[in-house]
Amino acid sequence: MNVQNAPDPKIPVPRGPLPILPAQRPASMVEITMDGKSVSVPQGSTLLEAARSIGIDTPTLCFLQNLTPVNVCRLCVVEVEGSRALVPACSRQAEPGMVVQTHSERVRLSRRLVLEMLVSSVDISTAPQFQKYMRRFGARPERFGEAAPPAATDERDTAEPGHHHPPEAGAATVAQPVKIDNELYVRDYGKCILCYKCVEACGVDAQNTFAIAVAGRGFGARISTEYNTPLTDSACVYCGNCIGVCPTGALMFRREYEMRQAGTWDESRQTRTDTICPYCGVGCTLTVHVQEERIVKVTSPLDQEITQGHLCIKGRFGWEWVNQKK
Amino acid sequence: MDLHFTGATPAAEEKAAVDGVPLAAIGVRRRYLLPFLHAIQDRVGWISPGALNYVSRVLDVPPAEAFGVADFYGLFSTQQQPPAVAHVCDDIACKAKGADRLRAELQKAQGPEGSSKDGKSTWRRTPCLGLCERAPAALVRVAGERHSEQALAPASASDIRAALQGTQFTPPTLRASVPQMGQAGLTLLRRVGQVNPESLAEYRASGGSLALRRAFEMGPAAVVREMIESKLAGRGGAAFPCGQKWNSMLSAALPRYLICNADESEPGTFKDRVLMEGDPYALIESMIIAGFATGCEQGYLYIRGEYPLARRRLEHAIRECRTQFFLGNNILGSGTRFDIELHVGAGAYICGEETALMNSIEGKRGEPRNKPPLPTQVGLFGKPTIIQNVETLLNVLPIVTEGGKAFAAIGTEPSTGTKLFCLSGHVEKPGVYEVPFGATLRQLLDLAGGIAGSGKLQAVLIGGAAGAFLGPQDLDTPMTFEGTRAAGAALGSAVIMPFDDTVALREILIRIASFFRDESCGQCVPCRIGTVRQEEILQRLAAGKPLLSHATELVMLNEVGQAMRDASICGLGQTASSAIESALARFPVFPGEPSEANR
Repeated sequence: MNVQNAPDPKIPVPRGPLPILPAQRPASMVEITMDGKSVSVPQGSTLLEAARSIGIDTPTLCFLQNLTPVNVCRLCVVEVEGSRALVPACSRQAEPGMVVQTHSERVRLSRRLVLEMLVSSVDISTAPQFQKYMRRFGARPERFGEAAPPAATDERDTAEPGHHHPPEAGAATVAQPVKIDNELYVRDYGKCILCYKCVEACGVDAQNTFAIAVAGRGFGARISTEYNTPLTDSACVYCGNCIGVCPTGALMFRREYEMRQAGTWDESRQTRTDTICPYCGVGCTLTVHVQEERIVKVTSPLDQEITQGHLCIKGRFGWEWVNQKK
Repeated sequence: MDLHFTGATPAAEEKAAVDGVPLAAIGVRRRYLLPFLHAIQDRVGWISPGALNYVSRVLDVPPAEAFGVADFYGLFSTQQQPPAVAHVCDDIACKAKGADRLRAELQKAQGPEGSSKDGKSTWRRTPCLGLCERAPAALVRVAGERHSEQALAPASASDIRAALQGTQFTPPTLRASVPQMGQAGLTLLRRVGQVNPESLAEYRASGGSLALRRAFEMGPAAVVREMIESKLAGRGGAAFPCGQKWNSMLSAALPRYLICNADESEPGTFKDRVLMEGDPYALIESMIIAGFATGCEQGYLYIRGEYPLARRRLEHAIRECRTQFFLGNNILGSGTRFDIELHVGAGAYICGEETALMNSIEGKRGEPRNKPPLPTQVGLFGKPTIIQNVETLLNVLPIVTEGGKAFAAIGTEPSTGTKLFCLSGHVEKPGVYEVPFGATLRQLLDLAGGIAGSGKLQAVLIGGAAGAFLGPQDLDTPMTFEGTRAAGAALGSAVIMPFDDTVALREILIRIASFFRDESCGQCVPCRIGTVRQEEILQRLAAGKPLLSHATELVMLNEVGQAMRDASICGLGQTASSAIESALARFPVFPGEPSEANR
């Protein structure tokens, strides 16, 4: 019997012959040079994978292992010999003989500027990874000047593309009122870095619901339902997979948002317990976040085989009854 | 697809507008998204939630996505607005020709931008309309069952108001755009203004179709050989060797597609418009030859939405060619199959970028794709695609009839053939000029009658907003790919826009910065935010209110420019700082500072 198909003692043995896994052709390897070191990676690997395979810490924002790379944040850019512009490590595949620099002055400048641009225009108060990156690259976003006044409700949602009216003074930001239109989660687009992850998770990468898309253009680009329709009238099915992939807390559980507003959210007093969702037969792994003996949010591990971090409305939000029982 | 819709329903006229768009039986249906949105915009003047729901239902596109597309393009409005709208150019070429005064007059007569006294008409600013030789320009669109679109140039406030009320003006003849008209020695401009652009018979009587017959005799491989020998470089701005591109298509999988990029929207560029208005059949013939040589049976022509006259002429020409066996299943009895689908842009400079243009045809937001893969590998609808600009394609005709070698003998060694230049701004005789490659900047300015305005040259913008400024000391620069590169500029789309010494360069720079901020697709961080910070820095410097000091602002400007150049996805972000940086390096732009500080 094929060893790979040896039955797990915990799984009942099916009647009849076991299906045989198709033989996998060993991947051919690609040799590249990265920061002076020779690296060998399977064909089809990205430069990010190559970098991580030899312990080079490459910063990323819009990249997530369970989503298709969109390479829009440009924080992971590296220098490839012979290429006029820098290339995104998250999506550029290694080619034989490539010579790559991940620490050059050009790379560091672009990364620093990307951070300064984002931090000077977006509220990163719930995105702690930025602090680490900013220290590492010496980013000083404050040098672009004081922030311009925030937009009024729906102002950014109704701006037409094309001619803008720049604010009288100050650095333009995406600051705007929080959108609270349902019981389960809030959308605080003043914290949105436009990484496209939520759109991907709502679309073909996970949920296939397509409730949100990128609208607008340029600095006016934003995540939106059609005509800024409230979520309750939109195609949203409240799977919360957008929250699961949001890197900045722009999309947040209503419970977490309210506790943060009240000053009672405290991750140091929270436990995280992995369990299996009790609702259906799929058996998704849930990570239950508990503070003061109450469930405050539910996530799923990104590397979990069944969910890849994605859940449905029941697994994600259907735990209030547990709190009620207490 | 399992779609969810809000309760908004379409009005009868919105439904009728969508239902009136003719659909081909085959192909990806979503490519009708922009045509449908155009139909609604033309009928009622904006895209209402009910109309969007209807379009989404018919095309099976999620409404959020359809909205994201509608909201991306400047010529679609997702907010209710009056049916008659004047789009008044305030871009750099028009600025040099009184656009600010025109806007002030309009504001006085019609009220502030976006306002409407009668609920029937309004006006708004627009970036370059590609009518720079007749600046200042405006595009007036009146929605309705019989919608109208007309370009007014030169435009006056009274003409704009009359057009908003429905007056139809006769477009000026092409003589106003082609001062060399009728002269001997022209190749690309030979027929413009001389041969009826609405008659295939007259086109053929003037030598049209000779190249096509010759190509059919030669066979595809020989045509590609001639292309390689001609050393023709792309005229859209990137100067990629065409023969190499065509050759790489020969081994590509089928089906393959051909795209003609007629989305010229680089400020100061209007040569492709003049070619399409003046010689539309030549473009069709060039596309057939390119399709024949590279094994494409379907061509797509993507023309910018601001060119109503060129579009009407091409629509007419394509229709006529189909009935005359000049397009279709058996072209001129040769057995060759080729057809052209016309796609109309909707006000987005970024769609001139080849992969953004492909997304736009596919009914998506005009966001550029990451390269590699190149379009010749994975292009339109995921298939191998060859994309060429209008002027580039028109060069195929002389290459096929005269041979690649003869073509390569014209011009200089690396820059072969003749070249069209767009002269506007402060020149006496603005227009499109055709010269063999090699002419210097001075010769071209002389050809156009010399410097207008005060008569004293301050600076010349070469290659458009994504180009570079040269000064009076650079007048002997040869306007070739290699000559401009050596001078620290780039030929780009062959814009030559001089400014006299009365122009405040800082205002021109701020307008350029503002242009890139508006036209960035918003996808990648360096361009989306970098173009904003760049404009803010320039605004502060112009106001004499630097944050810390003049010098620190210039350091920031320089760093923002470098990050955009190095880390942006596409050419828009990569060149969004080039004209500004070149001006600061050459001229004392900002007041109150020693000029060294500007360097």
